[in-house]
Amino acid sequence: MTEPTLRLCGRELACRRGGRVLFSGLSFEVAAGEMLMLRGPNGVGKTSLLRLVAGFLAPVSGTVVLQGGRADTPLAQQCHFIAHQNAIKPQLSVEENLRFWLAFLGAGEGSLAADENVRLEEAIAALRLQALRHLPGGVLSAGQKRRLALARIALAPRPVWLLDEPTVGLDTDSQAALCELMRRHLEGGGIIIASTHVDFGMPATRTLEMRPPEQPAAVDGEDDWFGADAAAVQADDDGAAGEGRA
Amino acid sequence: MRAFLAIIARDVRLGLRAGGNIGTAIGFFLTVVVLLPIGIGPDMALLQRIAPGALWIALLLSILLSADRIYTADYEDGSLEVLSTGALPLELVALAKALAHWLIAGLPLAIIAPALGFLLNLELALAPMLLLAMATGSLALSLLASMGAAITVGLRKGGLLISLLILPLYIPLLIFGVSVTTGGSGGPDITWPSYLVLLAIVLLALVVSPLASAAALRAHLR
Repeated sequence: MTEPTLRLCGRELACRRGGRVLFSGLSFEVAAGEMLMLRGPNGVGKTSLLRLVAGFLAPVSGTVVLQGGRADTPLAQQCHFIAHQNAIKPQLSVEENLRFWLAFLGAGEGSLAADENVRLEEAIAALRLQALRHLPGGVLSAGQKRRLALARIALAPRPVWLLDEPTVGLDTDSQAALCELMRRHLEGGGIIIASTHVDFGMPATRTLEMRPPEQPAAVDGEDDWFGADAAAVQADDDGAAGEGRA
Repeated sequence: MRAFLAIIARDVRLGLRAGGNIGTAIGFFLTVVVLLPIGIGPDMALLQRIAPGALWIALLLSILLSADRIYTADYEDGSLEVLSTGALPLELVALAKALAHWLIAGLPLAIIAPALGFLLNLELALAPMLLLAMATGSLALSLLASMGAAITVGLRKGGLLISLLILPLYIPLLIFGVSVTTGGSGGPDITWPSYLVLLAIVLLALVVSPLASAAALRAHLR
């Protein structure tokens, strides 16, 4: 699905929202098969960082590059972005919602109709939506809507997943299903950036602790290679391969 | 192309289901056309004279009324963000959404307008030209309305602003649309020249509206 050399790098990123600097001098690197967890208090800029990677926000300074990705495709089109809003139409059934996104996101991959049906069934099974498939989106509970939104990432293969608090409203079984989906994505050489307060227990996880810029950056661990005023970065490399940075 | 058609199919389906656009637009159109003769009184000659213009104004207002729904729902539920990360350029997304609006609001109104014209004592001979002019012109109306909808997408009460922004752009369509319908009666026959100008405006809107809509949407997504 993706080349093993995939690497998502953000360098010296600065972001301003509403005249306030959220963060500046923020850098990160995630390699194929790794997950980056964004942690920090509310309002620190986790969502803004994700939106910045997805291309919805232009950084004040700095760049985000996907090394080893398809050069002819913008980064936004190689990302799945699960935002707070679920992008569900209340008038359409679960299956119709998914079929639309499948046709929209899957187009251009040159896929066959039979192929797409398989992907649809896989996505429905992965998020345990079988019993709900004919219900209109409007009657789903918050957790069920979240599952439907998350099923979108299983519809079309894209190397980078940007998940903004993906577990909000999910029960434990659904969280486990999401973890399974994420693990498979990482094993396939994908990249995940997630803002979350839950530990997913992924094999290769890095953590980016984000702190408000007013406070002195607290450095976890001995290195402060990102020694910026915004964020101290702690790399939790539980045997994450190829940590050749710094 | 599949993604393009998928958007049109989805929007048409949403428009036809409960809470969709089509009911609002047709209901409003019907109300105006029914109330007008009651307000003006039973002067058959007067009604006949104003019928094409009145139908056109009713069409403009019904389309404007349903315009703010074009992007609002997608913006609020986050679909617009996902739509902007697809392989399909945002310009074509905007074009697809405008075409879908035309299919569920403009075209049905153009088709029922000649029938409702009898309430206004519309001359039977004018009905085919009215249908042709409205079916063509409403495409430009939907395209321009979707441009207004894209510009006002993040605003809470965008509907009024759309009217203010877009109504001036509707004036040429109104003038030439009416003169396609009535051009044959009195003076030199300007039916087909008017229709060609109407077509030109449609083609212009077809090019400008997707570009402008996409630019506005990109600005709002930031």
